[in-house]
Amino acid sequence: MTPEMTILLAIGVPLLGSVLIAMSDRVPNLREAFTLLTAVATFGLVASLYPLVIAGGQPRVELLTVIPGVPLSFKVEPLGMVYALVATLLWMPNSLYSIGYMRGNNEKHQTRFYICFPLAIASAIGIAFAENLFTMFVFYETLTLSTFPLVTHKGNTDAVRSGRVYLGILLTTSVCFQLLAVLWIAALHNGGAVSSLNFTHGGIFREGLASGAVSPAIFGLLFFLYIYGIGKAALMPVHRWLPAAMVAPTPVSAFLHAVAVVKAGVFCVIKVTVYVFGVDLLQSQGRGDWLIYVAGTTILAASLIALFQDNLKKRLAYSTISQLSYVVLGVALFTPLGIMAATFHIVAHAFGKITLFFAAGSVYTAAHKTQVSQLDGIGRRMPWTMGAFAIGTLSMIGVPPVVGMASKWLLINGVVEAWSIPDGHFAEVFALVVILFSTLLNAGYFLPIVYRAFFKPLSDSDRAHPHGEAPWPIVTALTFTAALTLFFFFWNKPAYELAELVRRAVG
Amino acid sequence: MERIHQNLPALIVVLPLCMGLITSIIGRRGLGWWLAMGTASAVLAMAVQLLVNVLESGTLTVTYQMGSWPAPFGIVYVVDPLNAGVLTIVALIGAIVTLYARKSIASEMDPRRLHFFYALWLFCMTGLLGITITGDAFNLYVLLEISSLSTYTLVALGRQRNRRALTAAINYLVLGSIGATFYLLGIAYLYMVTGSLNIADIQHILATKVFPTWGTDAPMYRTTVYVGFALMAVGLSLKLALFPLHGWLPNAYTYAPSSVSALLASTATKVGAYAFIRVIFTLVGTGFAYRMLHTDVVLMVSAGAAILVGSWMAFRQTSLKKLLAYSSIGQIGYITLGFALGNVNGLTASIIHLFNHALTKGGMFMALGVVAYRLGNTRLQDVQGLGRKLPFTMAAFTAGGLGLIGVPLTAGFVSKWYLVTACIEAGRYEMAAIVLVGSLIALLYVWKVVEAIYFGKRPENVPGVKEAPLTMLVPTLLLAGASIYFGIDASTSARVATAAAHFLLGVTP
Repeated sequence: MTPEMTILLAIGVPLLGSVLIAMSDRVPNLREAFTLLTAVATFGLVASLYPLVIAGGQPRVELLTVIPGVPLSFKVEPLGMVYALVATLLWMPNSLYSIGYMRGNNEKHQTRFYICFPLAIASAIGIAFAENLFTMFVFYETLTLSTFPLVTHKGNTDAVRSGRVYLGILLTTSVCFQLLAVLWIAALHNGGAVSSLNFTHGGIFREGLASGAVSPAIFGLLFFLYIYGIGKAALMPVHRWLPAAMVAPTPVSAFLHAVAVVKAGVFCVIKVTVYVFGVDLLQSQGRGDWLIYVAGTTILAASLIALFQDNLKKRLAYSTISQLSYVVLGVALFTPLGIMAATFHIVAHAFGKITLFFAAGSVYTAAHKTQVSQLDGIGRRMPWTMGAFAIGTLSMIGVPPVVGMASKWLLINGVVEAWSIPDGHFAEVFALVVILFSTLLNAGYFLPIVYRAFFKPLSDSDRAHPHGEAPWPIVTALTFTAALTLFFFFWNKPAYELAELVRRAVG
Repeated sequence: MERIHQNLPALIVVLPLCMGLITSIIGRRGLGWWLAMGTASAVLAMAVQLLVNVLESGTLTVTYQMGSWPAPFGIVYVVDPLNAGVLTIVALIGAIVTLYARKSIASEMDPRRLHFFYALWLFCMTGLLGITITGDAFNLYVLLEISSLSTYTLVALGRQRNRRALTAAINYLVLGSIGATFYLLGIAYLYMVTGSLNIADIQHILATKVFPTWGTDAPMYRTTVYVGFALMAVGLSLKLALFPLHGWLPNAYTYAPSSVSALLASTATKVGAYAFIRVIFTLVGTGFAYRMLHTDVVLMVSAGAAILVGSWMAFRQTSLKKLLAYSSIGQIGYITLGFALGNVNGLTASIIHLFNHALTKGGMFMALGVVAYRLGNTRLQDVQGLGRKLPFTMAAFTAGGLGLIGVPLTAGFVSKWYLVTACIEAGRYEMAAIVLVGSLIALLYVWKVVEAIYFGKRPENVPGVKEAPLTMLVPTLLLAGASIYFGIDASTSARVATAAAHFLLGVTP
């Protein structure tokens, strides 16, 4: 099978999967089998491209021409490979978990639910492998639309209202900012000021800026439009959709936070920074310096808000907002190591956060608890769940021996590298302070949960309602991801090598 | 066969005209629909053939002399890339809606009078096709009246369901007649100057004999041409329902029978837009209209207001047909904005949106027609929870709605792509912003309906509803499917639109 074929299949197989799932509506066991099979096959296809990418290959394929001169086309490069691998790898435990959760909680409309997941994964792969700005935008939007039915799954007033926020913010930012930026660049391209609409090494503005066809102000404005046009990165103040989406069933939250959606956001931020604007151009033009402050503020503010959330899923949501801004912070250093740290953190955060959400959903399924204050002593009843939760927690804080430590290490290296660039060093000091304080805050809002679960006694009312662990698919899934989080600290070669390739592409 | 081929430009207008007369006489007992359907299919075949001829032939225009009288004395019919495209839109929508109309109209009016309906239907198509193909400014007026008069009557036929159809029709008749009269007066003024009614001839005389004198001490007929053009522009704006001259449109669309709304929304205003483009770009030329008179600024202001106000008014409606009608006013704004920008991408956007919006809005009106057919009403509360009862129809409606928002991979997105690019190329950043804000308002009004369809609760104690009959469902899905198809592969539509834009601006690609 040629790599070109594999790329198309990686998008086609999930689509086919959703058709099969729709057709097996009446046979739940067959339907679930299709879900798992699709997940495994998709991961297999994406993973089979890994050796080629590591060897420096960048296969490309054109699907069709939508508008003359603007094709829907794909090209696999290391950065996209990181995101595609993370999404498809974690979709497997996510599917297993969904089955346990949906059955355990007797949710309705399960077929619709399972149809939407593969559609979203196909969109995610489309984003990961997009060759040009148009393709990325198209799949960015289909990802929003295909996850909308998942977010509003419960169908009650609350779900509909949150769905409005979800769709409203994501579409408003993408249409008003991202689409404007895409079309602006297209217009510049028509006028010959921009070399290409494709993602290009070193960015597409090099000649335009040098010849004066693109003014630095417009370059900076386009960067701004892109950063805020990617609402999925949840940079403040366009982060509100993420807590709103907490109304969804937990597998969906895990999917949004760890598998596809927010990862798509930060991935797009890295991708356009590296391949559209160019890291060194942003560094030398000085038009992206504001980003480090916005990202830093988001990290601290979101951590502070998380500190005061009693609802477990809300607390996790704000933690995600702050963790995403670590990625953006890495990007905003505009150094090769910063980009590498950002890339690596996509992986590290995904493993940790999916474990945390799995644990939260497990607690809900087994004990019907949603608040942090209700979790006293639950660790003894659900040792696997809360054990996994503890591992996820450590990864978020960034202590060894879990993978979160590795990305924080790289991030600090990135700051050190940025230090070598002679400017006021104010931004670098700010970044270091943010990293330091946010680590403390992370510990501050996560460790009490672990403490409660394992060291506080059960309350009297809890004693009267005994329960055990969640159903086995849930426990299997969360144990798997917790193990990944641990394991990846010791052996993270694939992610590291790909991130290293991205670094070299930048520097 | 060769004979037919040569006479296609005439046949495409004469055939529906004659068939309309025949239908009114012998079209009783269901025969009317068959005659109309046969005619519409033949017209579609001819339109496609003409389009192919124009695009394939090296010479871009085909001129046909009626009765072999040479221009400028006789009437000529001219086929060029622009109007061949518009002809195809009209013929395509006409054929699909005729298929749909059979069941739909039978439930909405007295079955003994159906043959008159189909006769009017064919006259309306005659007029629309004629306006598009004629190369004679006065003949255009005549055909405008043919289409308008039949349209007024068609709108009034909605009276059985709602008496307000009559008021809507009268309102439309008064404003439509004012528009037509303005246009006629405009032609009269230009006739004073040029002594000709042939569009190409007027253009030639204006460009070679009249405009060159304006820079000198003795400008010829300057005021006369100003007034003539102004009258034509206002008259056509009324026909096009360009803000703020859109007053007749919402009620006419709302109270007309379902199939009439679908036909009007996707063809009548489009032909109006075509005539406007023709007057600006062919008859007087952009040098006069835009660079001298700055009509483009006026048009842009109107278009911007149409986009914002029309979309916002759509959001405020609870009658879904009215919602779509106001949305059309906004969409007309997009079309107008495109040709007001006057660059290649802008004209391409305008022309491609004529087509894309016809597909999108036609499909949506037809989906609403199904709701009316099954439930008798199309208010917001009537579609609550209908997603499970009418899955295909509602999916078609939703697909159209996504097109109105301009979601990628729908036809609406392609239009938006060209339009916003054109705005930025022309340096009109504020118009680009308005277009994007317009999409967001579209999101609001479409989502209001989509939420009702999929999340609303069906009220208790209402009788069950079944999916639409096939003859209504298939055309609806056909248009909705086309609006998706031309969003995924826009190469054909973009090719026609770009060819037309290049032709109008006289640039070689």
